[in-house]
Amino acid sequence: MKKATGEAVLVKKHPLAIRWFHWINFPVLTIMVWSGLLIFWANRNGPITRFGQPMFPDWFFAPPAPKWLPAWFPTDIAHHERVIYSLTGRLAEGMAWHFTFMWFFALNGLAYVLYLMFSGEWRVIVPKLASFKKALLVALSDLHLVPAAKEDGKYNDAQKVAYTGVILLGLVMLLSGFAIYKPTQAFWLTGLFGGYVMARWFHFWTTMLLCAFFLVHVAQVARAGWNNFRGMVTGYALEYRERKAEPPAPPEPAEEAA
Amino acid sequence: MSDWTPEEQIRRLSRRGLLWGAGAAVVAYGTLHWLDNSATEDGMGWPFKRVLGLNEKLAGLYLSNRSHAQEFPAGDAREPKVNGPYGLESEIDVANWRLQVVGAAEGLAVTLAELQALPVVDMVTELRCIEGWSCVVHWTGCRLRDFVAKYPPKDRKIDVERLETLPPYIGMATPDGEYFVGLDMASAVHPQTLLCWAMNGEPLTQGHGAPLRLVIPAKYGVKNIKRIGTITYATERPKDFWASDPEGYDWFAGL
Repeated sequence: MKKATGEAVLVKKHPLAIRWFHWINFPVLTIMVWSGLLIFWANRNGPITRFGQPMFPDWFFAPPAPKWLPAWFPTDIAHHERVIYSLTGRLAEGMAWHFTFMWFFALNGLAYVLYLMFSGEWRVIVPKLASFKKALLVALSDLHLVPAAKEDGKYNDAQKVAYTGVILLGLVMLLSGFAIYKPTQAFWLTGLFGGYVMARWFHFWTTMLLCAFFLVHVAQVARAGWNNFRGMVTGYALEYRERKAEPPAPPEPAEEAA
Repeated sequence: MSDWTPEEQIRRLSRRGLLWGAGAAVVAYGTLHWLDNSATEDGMGWPFKRVLGLNEKLAGLYLSNRSHAQEFPAGDAREPKVNGPYGLESEIDVANWRLQVVGAAEGLAVTLAELQALPVVDMVTELRCIEGWSCVVHWTGCRLRDFVAKYPPKDRKIDVERLETLPPYIGMATPDGEYFVGLDMASAVHPQTLLCWAMNGEPLTQGHGAPLRLVIPAKYGVKNIKRIGTITYATERPKDFWASDPEGYDWFAGL
């Protein structure tokens, strides 16, 4: 934490609704990914290739067992999948959980988007055209390749692109999911994805992107520190401002919000 | 409250937030534990069966026989792998095979030649296994709806265009009864639901369900029963191999 100077003030960060949507989404999405893996690992799909590459990566079906695993740990490959995470042979269970919790994922996501629309909060999230270039600069500065630019507003440009992108990712998730869930009834949607096999491809890889988002997100939150994390729990962050008679100075830019 | 410094306020808010978080975690864990340990019905926890039932009802609202599974050029057809040996263990005498129809005229047994006298349909659709793989296959057979019209359930004035005139379910089983599926009537009379005797231009092999199998693109592969021995008109939901204890799959399995 940086050294506190100036006057401490509570700054409103996240509305209550957004905090609830955020924290409900976490376990629900975890269950969706887990049950999705139960479905995915039910059967290895053979050498289906797309764009010259296996449609689903081989290492994902049978990742090599890490050397540090104790000898008693079951790492045999039962059929063609590994039993180590006991995710195989549980297809019926995976489908039951997936087709139950899809409702919570969809409704929570819908509520979040509607809230953004009607509360006006979308303004702090939706990137402008210039944001995309600036987002790159933010990413480079996060990697300590270029000096950090001065930030203003609740989110920097990289965050705007990421948080809007992840909403779109969720939408592709839902649509591609429905395209594989009802490929006969929703034949037009399945066709839009390029058919059943391609819809599966989209569903799988958007999940991978979502997991990548999650990893970066958690890393950035850890980097930004407790005060920022607390903002998503309490709705407030503590900031320190110079005491001045003049109009209040802009908030200090040093702290990175994630 | 107003006497408190911002530091005290945020500490208070954090404490409240963490208590909420702890409470929510306990409720979430309790819910998941309860779900995971709920009494099973046909091999699956009953809360899941309820939701799957609701999903099925909801699907009934948008389910329409005007929605057709995508059809492909015949050149896209491939040989699907032989999957699911249940009910196919014994050799079958194709020449003496008859299709028993339960719930129709007394003692009705239909020959393959009689089925082949119904309008013949060629269809190239994707067979979609519940385990994820899919394969485009060229099928030849007759429509189940034409079969229902020709061999109707007894004591009923039926019209295959009007679901309410038909019994709500159809069950099918292999001759030895080892494999069996249940179908809702709407899916059964879908125009792409076929009783097939040929695959990719050749008569069905034993492994692919000779002499007659069901092809129903509106359902997962598990419902596409091979070597049909009996067709039953039913008022109760027929038993289904994969939706029975302990397998626990969704009975509807609609696509």
